[in-house]
Amino acid sequence: MSSNKKYWKSVEELNDNSSIVETLQQNEFVEEIPTDEFLGDKQALESSSTSRRDFLKYVGFSTAAASLAACEGPVIKSIPYVVQPTEIVPGVANYYATTIANGYDFASVLVKTREGRPIKIENNTDAATNGMANARVHASVLGLYDNLRVKTPMKDGASISWDTFMSETTSKLNGLADGKQIVFLTSTLPSPSTHKLIAEFTEKYGNVKHVAYDAISESATLDAYEAKYGKRGMANYDFSKAKTIVSVGADFLGDWQGGGFESGYSKKRIPDHGKMSRHIQFESNMSLTGANADKRVPITPSQQRKVLAKLHSLIVGGAVSVDLPENILEAVQKAASEIKKAGSNAVVITGIQDVNAQTVALEINEHLSSKAFDTDTTILTRQGSDKAVMQLIADMKMGNVGALIINGVNPMYTLPNASDFKEGLDKVELSVAFSMKSDETASNCNYIAAVPHNLESWGDFEFKSGHYSMMQPTIRPLFDTKQFQEVLLAWNGNNTSYRDYLKSVWTTEILDGTSFNKAVQDGVFVSSSSADTGTTEDTSSSETDEEATETQSGNAARALASSSKSSGMELSLYAKTGMGDGQQANNPWLQEFPDPITRTSWDNYLTVSRADAESLGLTNENVANGGLNGSYAKVTVNGVTVENVPVIIQPGQAKGSVGLAFGYGRTSDALKNEMKTGVNAYPLYQDFNTVQNVTVEKSSGTHEFACVQLHNTLMGRGDIIKETSLEIFNTKDKEYWNAIPKVSKDHIETPVTSPDVDLWESFDRSIGHHFNLSIDLNACTGCGACVIACHAENNVPVVGKSEMRRSRDMHWLRIDRYYSSQESFEGDNEKKDNISGLGSSLSEFGEMESPADNPQVAFQPVMCQHCNHAPCETVCPVAATAHGRQGQNHMAYNRCVGTRYCANNCPYKVRRFNWFLYSQNDEFDYYMNDDLGRMVLNPDVTVRSRGVMEKCSMCIQKTQKTILDAKREGRPVKDGEFQTACSAACGNGAMVFGDINDKESKIAELKEDNRAYHLLEHVGTKPNVVYQTKVRNTAEA
Amino acid sequence: MPYFCMSFWKHDLCHICLKKSYQSLEDNSTQNMKQVIYRNLTSKILSLGFILLLTFSTSLNAQDGGPQAGDPANGKSLFNANCAACHKLDRDMTGPMLRNVEARLAEEGLDREWINAWIRNSSALIKAGDAYAVKIYNEWNQTAMNAFPQLSDQDISDILAYTAQPPPLPPTPEVGVATGETAGSGISNNLILGALAVLFALLAMALILVKRTLNRFAEAKGIEAVAETKGKPIWKAFVENQFLVLVTAIFFLLASAYFVYGYFMQVGVDQGYEPVQPIHYSHRIHAGDNGIDCKYCHSSARVSKHSGIPSLNICMNCHKSIANVAPETLAEGKAEYGVDYDAEIQKLYEAVGWDGTAYTGESKPVKWIRIHNLPDFAYFNHSQHVSVAGVECQTCHGPVEEMEIMYQHSPLTMGWCINCHRETNVKVKDNEYYTKIHEELSKKYGVEQLTAAQMGGLECGKCHY
Repeated sequence: MSSNKKYWKSVEELNDNSSIVETLQQNEFVEEIPTDEFLGDKQALESSSTSRRDFLKYVGFSTAAASLAACEGPVIKSIPYVVQPTEIVPGVANYYATTIANGYDFASVLVKTREGRPIKIENNTDAATNGMANARVHASVLGLYDNLRVKTPMKDGASISWDTFMSETTSKLNGLADGKQIVFLTSTLPSPSTHKLIAEFTEKYGNVKHVAYDAISESATLDAYEAKYGKRGMANYDFSKAKTIVSVGADFLGDWQGGGFESGYSKKRIPDHGKMSRHIQFESNMSLTGANADKRVPITPSQQRKVLAKLHSLIVGGAVSVDLPENILEAVQKAASEIKKAGSNAVVITGIQDVNAQTVALEINEHLSSKAFDTDTTILTRQGSDKAVMQLIADMKMGNVGALIINGVNPMYTLPNASDFKEGLDKVELSVAFSMKSDETASNCNYIAAVPHNLESWGDFEFKSGHYSMMQPTIRPLFDTKQFQEVLLAWNGNNTSYRDYLKSVWTTEILDGTSFNKAVQDGVFVSSSSADTGTTEDTSSSETDEEATETQSGNAARALASSSKSSGMELSLYAKTGMGDGQQANNPWLQEFPDPITRTSWDNYLTVSRADAESLGLTNENVANGGLNGSYAKVTVNGVTVENVPVIIQPGQAKGSVGLAFGYGRTSDALKNEMKTGVNAYPLYQDFNTVQNVTVEKSSGTHEFACVQLHNTLMGRGDIIKETSLEIFNTKDKEYWNAIPKVSKDHIETPVTSPDVDLWESFDRSIGHHFNLSIDLNACTGCGACVIACHAENNVPVVGKSEMRRSRDMHWLRIDRYYSSQESFEGDNEKKDNISGLGSSLSEFGEMESPADNPQVAFQPVMCQHCNHAPCETVCPVAATAHGRQGQNHMAYNRCVGTRYCANNCPYKVRRFNWFLYSQNDEFDYYMNDDLGRMVLNPDVTVRSRGVMEKCSMCIQKTQKTILDAKREGRPVKDGEFQTACSAACGNGAMVFGDINDKESKIAELKEDNRAYHLLEHVGTKPNVVYQTKVRNTAEA
Repeated sequence: MPYFCMSFWKHDLCHICLKKSYQSLEDNSTQNMKQVIYRNLTSKILSLGFILLLTFSTSLNAQDGGPQAGDPANGKSLFNANCAACHKLDRDMTGPMLRNVEARLAEEGLDREWINAWIRNSSALIKAGDAYAVKIYNEWNQTAMNAFPQLSDQDISDILAYTAQPPPLPPTPEVGVATGETAGSGISNNLILGALAVLFALLAMALILVKRTLNRFAEAKGIEAVAETKGKPIWKAFVENQFLVLVTAIFFLLASAYFVYGYFMQVGVDQGYEPVQPIHYSHRIHAGDNGIDCKYCHSSARVSKHSGIPSLNICMNCHKSIANVAPETLAEGKAEYGVDYDAEIQKLYEAVGWDGTAYTGESKPVKWIRIHNLPDFAYFNHSQHVSVAGVECQTCHGPVEEMEIMYQHSPLTMGWCINCHRETNVKVKDNEYYTKIHEELSKKYGVEQLTAAQMGGLECGKCHY
């Protein structure tokens, strides 16, 4: 039956005489179709010889031709060497021990080269000199293949030859007027041979000054140490020897004093015979260190000073009067009593950039005679002196400096008073920048001396007194570059090569008759004699000054207590785990690396506490496309204003304080446009003080963040990150704190691990290898070295900020960070368990979504769990993902048709989809889009194309290689030989990989450990990744 | 410094190098000839005869020579064993060319005694300040000749007799004969075929003629030939039979589907791919005739995923002293493959920058065309197959030792890989890696010998990652 309803299109139809209705009835389209406009252009139509029919013919023909042509394979050339170097076998990797030392990061590393190309940085396990390679060191290999490197020496922006460079600079150096200084402005360069070269240079030219400059200064620490121990350096700390660690504002798991302390720290964090260290952190920004602490007290920077002074008076003695809020005072007293109880097993450190504060910390440790505190092996990886830098700028402005030779620093970007420096630089007759980039500084100098990357250079470094690290080239220089030292040799009129010079310095001064080649092969050398002499010198000096330092430090504590006056907001400047001081800002791996705390990439931002954000009207919101938006703020320090700083509300940020990271906001042409992210914090770094009084005002507009984790809390789901306290861990059964979830079968509670409640038949995996990965949540500090190592090993593409914002990040390994919504995660669990009824669940679950003001924090690295009963495998319509007998969940990219069913069915959300072609695509102009950048790709791993799913393979290329090596040598595989990129990169021992069918192996033991559990065990996926329950040492002494 | 040293490589090189340099000395003239497999018997006999004739005539010549008659045949073997590493008869190498050396030295006023002294201990002569010795020494980059005190007077006289032989005539006439013969046999085949065709044509004509004649007889005799009843034409009958049409249509559809499928299945399969290479490199001569082990040149197949295309310095291990192939080989190359092997060796010299005596330092790599291409998403490791499994190269690459120009023998498809994995047993002997797993797995599957597939060789992730 037909309907005689009339549908009204608009109110207009009510009007009988409406012209619009009339027109619409006549004409289908409201607006006229511009056919006339197109067809009316008679001239163009007639002049074109292509008729419509011709056009269709062409289309048809070209389609047919294209499809036919596609059937022909391309002709591929294979070009062998003319003379093959004996050490290179195509397809077999060579490893070289060398050093990454860029003035900010110092690490002894192994470099994996394939066909002569360095493709990956690995830890040099022989070199326990200063921790393991961090995320930035792992990423530094990409800097070698940076397309924007300076490829030849330059003069005023034009490239010149080295001969011209040498003759012009030499004559200018010789022709300098008397009384004019020649100044070397270098990064921290603890290189014996370079120091010797500069000394020789001084001898030849006279009136030479060497100024060491650290972009992020540790000058106060150095001054305090120098005053106390007579050597410019920093005390070494071995946190594996500390039972109680109290840190006042020291981010020692980050870059405090050059970093590298996390391996020692983690060693003691794994409960061993019921014991682990206790870590109390007083800090204002939420740092990696604070996130790992057993107890974290958020306080403002000015309070930090008082806390330290109070600690000093409580431990060492002497009275100071400090006004601190009651709860903080109580925390300090408790910390002091814990320290006293631990005695020499305790250590107190501080990150306050103030000579008094550093002196006080040294004094406390000396008073405790802390075992973790080591003044024998002084750390030498920070040498910068603020005073000397300021003096230099003054000298330059007065015109006293004739020649400025800059190596490895970028003061025009990193100096707070860069304009003063520029003014001075213009008065310098000869300015030479030794640089890999035409960066902010180099482009303002007369000459740019193109230097090779660390991986193309020779070098030597003394990280700690007596601990040397050797740098050797792992590839021939890619461009027409010369090392700083080579040019120095030439200026000195010495025509030996730098390698020979280095060798002679080492053989005569360092090696004590041991082989130079051995030192180069090992990459490290620990001198027995020099460490000893160092010790005697140090102790003698400290003994003689005993009395003096005693009184001095008492004064220091009082000065510290009284100096801390603050009004309004305080800003703490810090270095982000990914970016450090910003010299690697053009590295897309590091830009895309999500910050461990905020999980935000491609940005820096002002971290503000929730209370302050509310009072200032600053907001964060999650928007519908899955992105995080935040307000902008205007930040002013002493009249210097940084506009449009995006704001992130940071749980755990001390009220009254804000934080901002260095290393962003670069504008130089040495960076690709995509990498010019964030705001520059260095102008706020006045007087090289990381703490500044600041005013924050809200600006208009919203910032779009690329944050990959919008859900910050666990919502009381304690089975995702299981954790317990040391007390419970020691006293209760495993069933209490690490129970296996149960399901009811025939009204009997059955553990999910039982085969009775399993949907699937289990395969027999007892034969051959069965790989498992154990991740210890106690040892994991969230440092992210594994993320970058995975990036490098598996050719994981960089997708850029806008894709990251859409949660289309491609990281195979992510480190989830969770905040507790109550004081602790335990509180969350209780709250969830007590929810009953609809009303309460609606309101309280809502509350649980927001983190507490000072939350507990937990990190959890998550990659493909390689489930034995994998949900992804059963839903793949084309069987592109399948299980291997060795426990790995395989992914055949060539078989994948991109339905994404697997990603939807994965309970861990670890599968990544290639929404685009990320290599050789101008839309994604990162390293995979240029020939040079692609040299870093691992030839053993497929570069995925658009439309396929990918995920962690448990580094199957590495396990297969290990197996093949064993087969070729006809021997069984030894324990410890199997590694994944992440487990090899983890210097903390948090990740252990191996074969559980080898009953003697460490992983077999860890799998059966009481702390072991699987992620979302109740789902019944039977993963091959095990986590070790996090144990917190919450007991207050 | 390399963290892991690759010393095995050098070792192998030395070992084979010794063996090869010995061979290459022998190769100089006749050795090649014996090893070359001639397809044409007549040409072989002819050429053998020709060489015999030559040898005979030259030996006659030599006997006519000096009073101290040497035996050029013995001289040749002595020359090859002792001198040929540095000297050639007609060309300067590490040392000067030696053809008619005695006669030429006689012009300088140097007699046999001087020669003996020089050969037995040249450095002593130089030290003694002998004018000509010093001159030679300086001319040849001050490289002293090895001392050969073991050579007797007779030996030296034999060698000199060999060097005094006139150079062999260029083998052009023989080539002519050979080509003529080859062409002849081709023609004879065609002739036979042609003759047969003519025969058949004649037969057919004869039949037609017979029929016509018979018809005429019948006409003449008044017998009427039975008129053919004109039924329906067969195509009409076919069209009217719908069942038949249907069956035929289905048949044609199926057949065309079969061919379309076949066409699509060969897309990207380059079996038989035989591109023209920048240097005409004959595996037949190297691997076949000379029996050089595959892994001498493709050494990385033992340790690496790549078999590796040998770098040019590997070629020069032998070709430093082999600038020319034997005349017969040369002739054969020209005749059968249209290629001048000597010119191809020259291409190598040009690429590696060898001017016949020394490296010029100007090299340019050879851009070979890659034949065996696996797609990027398939991982294949040569060492797994060559070293661990002990698979012969020929299993996948075919009879390389018979290939004049390398071509792709196998389809290199996944089905082909998997087939082999299903059929091939894992080589577990003397490999401790397999001991435990093989024992347990073979018990589980109830077999004596595990195939690669049972060992896990069919899992996706073993080749795709």
